[in-house]
Amino acid sequence: MSEKPVTGERRVFMTGNEVCAWAALAAEADIMYGYPITPQTDIMQYWTRLAPKFGRKFLQTEDEISAGFTTIGGVLAGKRAFSATTGPGNVLFQEPMSMAEMMRIPTVVIIPQRGGPSTATVIYSQQEVTMTAFGGNGEGFRIVYSTAGHQDLYDYTIKAFNTAWKYRFPTFVLGDGYQAKMREPLTIYDPAQRGIQMVKTEPLVGLEGTPGRDRPTQYLRNTYNTEEELYEVVMEIARDFEKAAPEIVEWQDFDTDKEMDVLILAHGVVSRSAQGALPLLREQGIRAGHFRPITLRPMPEEQMRRAAAKAKRILVVESAYGQLLKLVQQSLYGLAKPIDTLLRPGAGVTAEEIADQVKEGR
Amino acid sequence: MTREKIALSPAMPKCWNPETKPHKFCPGCGHGLALKMLGEAIDELDIQDRVIFGCDIGCSLLSWDFFNVDSVQTHHGRTTPVITGIKRARPELIGIAYMGDGGGYAIGAQHLVNSATRNEKVTAILINNTNYGMTGGQMAPTTLPGQKTETTPYGRDPEETGYPTLGPEMVAAIAKEGAYVARGSIANLRQLKKFLKKAIQNQVDGNGFSFVEVVSSCPTNWRTNAEATWSFVEKDMAEYFHVGEFKVPGQKEEK
Repeated sequence: MSEKPVTGERRVFMTGNEVCAWAALAAEADIMYGYPITPQTDIMQYWTRLAPKFGRKFLQTEDEISAGFTTIGGVLAGKRAFSATTGPGNVLFQEPMSMAEMMRIPTVVIIPQRGGPSTATVIYSQQEVTMTAFGGNGEGFRIVYSTAGHQDLYDYTIKAFNTAWKYRFPTFVLGDGYQAKMREPLTIYDPAQRGIQMVKTEPLVGLEGTPGRDRPTQYLRNTYNTEEELYEVVMEIARDFEKAAPEIVEWQDFDTDKEMDVLILAHGVVSRSAQGALPLLREQGIRAGHFRPITLRPMPEEQMRRAAAKAKRILVVESAYGQLLKLVQQSLYGLAKPIDTLLRPGAGVTAEEIADQVKEGR
Repeated sequence: MTREKIALSPAMPKCWNPETKPHKFCPGCGHGLALKMLGEAIDELDIQDRVIFGCDIGCSLLSWDFFNVDSVQTHHGRTTPVITGIKRARPELIGIAYMGDGGGYAIGAQHLVNSATRNEKVTAILINNTNYGMTGGQMAPTTLPGQKTETTPYGRDPEETGYPTLGPEMVAAIAKEGAYVARGSIANLRQLKKFLKKAIQNQVDGNGFSFVEVVSSCPTNWRTNAEATWSFVEKDMAEYFHVGEFKVPGQKEEK
């Protein structure tokens, strides 16, 4: 077998897409299936250049439906399989991901969000939150990590494989086109040297021995005959998801230990603008804090409520028209706090704009 | 097993799962015959512990626990990519994608076409019964001109809805050397088994894509008795869907 792609620790200056390809290599991903779409395509391009050197595989499929279902096939065969897509491609991915959800197939998909709806822009947005977390004809039993920068992309791409295989839910790394195309410094590392053990994969079909004789035959399905039968299956998934949620949720908070005039809620790259707005507001005597959910599904509801309880009001900021807002309203239900918004679908948000909104909203 | 049970058990392929028999297909349905030939082919090739069986949505999904081979039931039209994904990840396995004419020629046509173009080393088996059986007998890509279905109550009008898809002809036209393409019929089971065996052997040999369409029956939705069912399979369908091999690796093409 080939040598390790990343040994020790190394400081690098890379685009986010390149980071994802390196992270998948370091995470011992075996095979990538994908279909080109901007701004995701470079992940495939880096992967196809790097993968053969380390004995890894790639298949370019006919569309994203096929990319999703072949990824499922790779996982069923017991391999650490992944894909990447965005925008209209993410729409097509909802069909295979609903199957992964029902059958507990640990797929990993990296999504550098582009503008929506429809073809929109190839550049940037945070408009795929609802779809990535809750797409498909089900309840959204998925795990979604929202990254804020390149170190996150590296860390959480590796983590996504482990979370997926440990809990057996389809797992997503939700970035955006800015992170995908921008270069940033970060540290790449061999996970083993940081004590990160990759969760062992196992086949769901093609097990050792003759089925029906040496072992039970694997019969995997997503079709059920009666309401009662389906109800039991979905409720079991729901129980497992709710049980795992407290172990999975991640968040960051900034200046939320004291009473606040305002708590800024933002995720992903917008969180960095929110972090930038805090000193600007402090200078003007406004006591502001910031809460960033890292997992959007499951949402760190308790932690968010705790922070929100200490603030006079809430400001939700996102590069979408109310997708994070809906999740926040759901998480903070019953907490009597006014919610102000800065919603910029498909457009970036600066620290100054957030600071201005805070002042305007007073 | 009790003596009585042995006496009552009909001969079935070794790789069948006896606990799910009798199977759930309608009386007179061709799926059972096709799956029996497939079972015998798997037995004779001695590959039970390497086969991954994928089935589509529609009547074909009733085969999800049919064999004692690891099986996965997928989505409508998506069996070919799931099996392709498995095969790409673990080439030592033998992937069989089992589907109906709707799954292969309509909703999953892009997967059939592109798997054939890429010469994926998987075996696709498609049951052609000229209608969507599970949903109650609507027009399929294979419905014959003039044939009445629930969505062509006055008969299929080719002016409005086109002509029946000729799958093996299409796949043979786009597939390259190494592919195996044939059309068999439940009216000739020995020949059908031969085609299925060659299609699987072709994958075992690592040659390329293998595709077998099976001319089959659906008396429930055709509303035909035994005589009329066989007449439709052997005359009406046979006239349009020519049985034979369309592409054989290392051989001049024959009809």
